Amino acid sequence: MNVTHIDGKEKGKVMLYALSTCGWCKKTKALLNELGIAYDYIDVDLLKGNEQTAVVREIKKHNPDNNFPTMVINDIKCIIGFKEDDIRQEFN
Amino acid sequence: MPDVSSIEVEQLYGELRAEAEAGGYHLNPDQAMTRQLLNGLLVNEKRYGYPSCPCRLATGNKDEDLDIICPCDYRDPDLDEYNACYCSLYVSRAAAEGKAKIGSIPERRPPREKRLKTKTEKKAPTLTSLPLPVWRCKVCGYLCARDGPPEVCPICKAKRDRFERFI
Repeated sequence: MNVTHIDGKEKGKVMLYALSTCGWCKKTKALLNELGIAYDYIDVDLLKGNEQTAVVREIKKHNPDNNFPTMVINDIKCIIGFKEDDIRQEFN
Repeated sequence: MPDVSSIEVEQLYGELRAEAEAGGYHLNPDQAMTRQLLNGLLVNEKRYGYPSCPCRLATGNKDEDLDIICPCDYRDPDLDEYNACYCSLYVSRAAAEGKAKIGSIPERRPPREKRLKTKTEKKAPTLTSLPLPVWRCKVCGYLCARDGPPEVCPICKAKRDRFERFI
């Protein structure tokens, strides 16, 4: 699996499902980098076949619409889209 | 992922900007964001064979992705409601002039199951059961079927208030 880990402050398990071509996903990554949060991300469009299907199934558990970016925090909380205020508040 | 050069991005930028402005549409004034999105469109064109929305996951099956080929089916209603399309490549006049703020918006595209259902259930409409109202530009006669008239007539550039409900 193509999971990329970014080092930073530990604020729980942060998983970002993104698309490599998406502007809002890029803004979300940049915000997490700015906040210095440790997180993992997967660019779902770069996955092929079954691997992509498996990740999409995982995303749909948290976000049935399967749109991007989808950020899952501690396997429970989900922030969909580049919600700058929500993200800042979450990691404040 | 396919390589896209900055020359290709600039060329597409120029073409799309001219096309958009000529049709009464506007590209996102945030040039860095716009360049990223154009880069994404070019990547998608190379890997799928068509420029699908950079902010949506394409299947690679053109028939299934037709509605998200840029400009997508959802651009105009999103411009009306949120001042920007889903990826924000296109924005309303107010947003282009900095008078409206844009952001990440909800997905208007129906889920796959619903899209497939609508496709198979669609019947040929009769004049009394049209799925959308038809708007007429009183200046040039341009007709369009959509929820509301466009911001600017793409043919003669007349403003929205020159449109009338035709059917």
